Amino acid sequence: MSTLVKVSRRTPPARILRGAGLYLLLTVMAAVVLFPLWSAFTISMLSETEISAYPPFLAPTHLSLANFVHAMQQAPLLRYLLNSVVQSSLVMAGQLITASLAAYAFAFIDFKGRNVAFLLFLSTMMIPWEATIIPNYLTIKSLGWTDSFLGLSVPFLATAFGTFLLRQFFRSIPHELHDAATMDGCGSLRFLTTIVLPLARPALGTLAIYSFLQTYNQYLWPLLITNNQSMRTVQIGITLLQDEERFMFNTVMAGVVIVLLPTFLLFIAGNRQLIRGLTAGAVKG
Amino acid sequence: MSDISPSFPQAERPAAARPAWLTAANRQELKKLVQAALYLSPSLILFVAFVFVPLVRTFWLSARFTDPLGRPAAFAGLELYQRIFETPDFLNSFQRSLLFVVLTVPAELLCALGLALLGNLRLRRIDIYRMIFSCTIAVSGATASLIFAYLYHPALGWLNYLLGVVGLPAVPWLTSPNTALPAIAITTIWLALGLNTIILLAGMQGIPEELYESAMIDGARGAAQFRHITLPLLSPTIFFLLVVDVLAAFQVFTQVQVMTKGGPMDSTNVIVFSIYRQFYFNGQYGLAAAQSVLLFLIMLVLTVFQFGVLERRVFYE
Repeated sequence: MSTLVKVSRRTPPARILRGAGLYLLLTVMAAVVLFPLWSAFTISMLSETEISAYPPFLAPTHLSLANFVHAMQQAPLLRYLLNSVVQSSLVMAGQLITASLAAYAFAFIDFKGRNVAFLLFLSTMMIPWEATIIPNYLTIKSLGWTDSFLGLSVPFLATAFGTFLLRQFFRSIPHELHDAATMDGCGSLRFLTTIVLPLARPALGTLAIYSFLQTYNQYLWPLLITNNQSMRTVQIGITLLQDEERFMFNTVMAGVVIVLLPTFLLFIAGNRQLIRGLTAGAVKG
Repeated sequence: MSDISPSFPQAERPAAARPAWLTAANRQELKKLVQAALYLSPSLILFVAFVFVPLVRTFWLSARFTDPLGRPAAFAGLELYQRIFETPDFLNSFQRSLLFVVLTVPAELLCALGLALLGNLRLRRIDIYRMIFSCTIAVSGATASLIFAYLYHPALGWLNYLLGVVGLPAVPWLTSPNTALPAIAITTIWLALGLNTIILLAGMQGIPEELYESAMIDGARGAAQFRHITLPLLSPTIFFLLVVDVLAAFQVFTQVQVMTKGGPMDSTNVIVFSIYRQFYFNGQYGLAAAQSVLLFLIMLVLTVFQFGVLERRVFYE
């Protein structure tokens, strides 16, 4: 913003030069940030002889799906992908439900002990997962939930972060609306589902995208509780590709592109909502 | 929050069925409490089952010897803690984790601050650049590690090629104990750029424009504006990220598991990786639990320190 004011005072040639310089700087930085992703994409298109070329290829010579086909033949990537999508969808749906219910209580019900309950929720954000992971692992094992969607999703169905995010939004809904609705005999659950949730769609969208991304990108938990090929999630499956000697970088990177595709589509589709919602939650707390 | 709902209809019901102590106001309170409990119960049950009880169990496990299946056996008292400090393993892991925090956190904040300043310029199409700068939020630790493992490859990777172009000697990135942890740190910095930039950008957009306008009138330009307006007003956001980044750096696992598996020569055997190896491969549940407790306490102390000491220097409006 400072730049805009400053720039307008200068003579036109200097302004153009400055603008061009800024765009150049922006583009160079964008290229640096994108470079690892671009090189992964490039490699995924190259043949085995091309990947050992020196200097390395900066861009694909042609578009080819050969490595993708190869990657999928070597490992059940689609099965892994399906497992991850199912796990992430379960966690997303569960978090939307539990967080909406809890946020409703915090935003609309004026009950005794609300501060204590709030602190309990807050403390779960302060307890790091490694302080709980060994007992959780033992619990899932003793329940027989290893290699199952239950074990992959149930421990993550509640979210303090999501509850606070939604509560923040619910509080902007006029309290009079709540009072009027309950006076008209509208039950609280009906008020939540027919009035609050439709109004809170942006916040729900943010939470949905965020929890999906988080779960889809999980690594340690699925590594611990899945051993069976058919229950592996995609993040674990993709690193198994690397461990096998016979795989070349082009196959591994084709796998990486497949794994990144869903989250990138989600990011591109929902990044405005994600960014706006996350920052409202983080900055205004 | 304004609660303008009085205790209506229920208060008018006949008093016959009501115990004497249950006044109308009490009943209203009780009704609200039950209702709130119902709404909170799904979350609370899950938190109790997967956060609070396990936390207590971790402490409990850390005072037990365990059999290889993780079943607690004899009471150990503080012996496991003693054992941790007697073996060089934990001290090495602790030192590696600390070094990792130092290598990543300042660089993450500085790089993200630079990107956010650029992304905050008022230029046409700036939203595209903002999106690019924040895109690593969609990238997982596993895929980032695989990509960087390729970039670090001694013969095929880009990094050594680029070093060669500018006349520098090749670096044995992941295969030397001196460079493996910095290599993982670079991957982590790149991965953290997305979230850090998003939050800093939001913080910058929350700074009132009038401040910059009046600074212009006073003759303050770019660098002076940054030092006297942007930085102080951004300090709560930077502080928030500092806490988040330090905790995340202490918890790094995926990059280590995918890129180095703790090696070479334990140079990347950070605390969480060591915990994982102790309980998952060695079946040393008690020992791993004791390490978790120590890590938990370290993180708690750090967080409290950051809030108690550093936060005083943060400028709140």
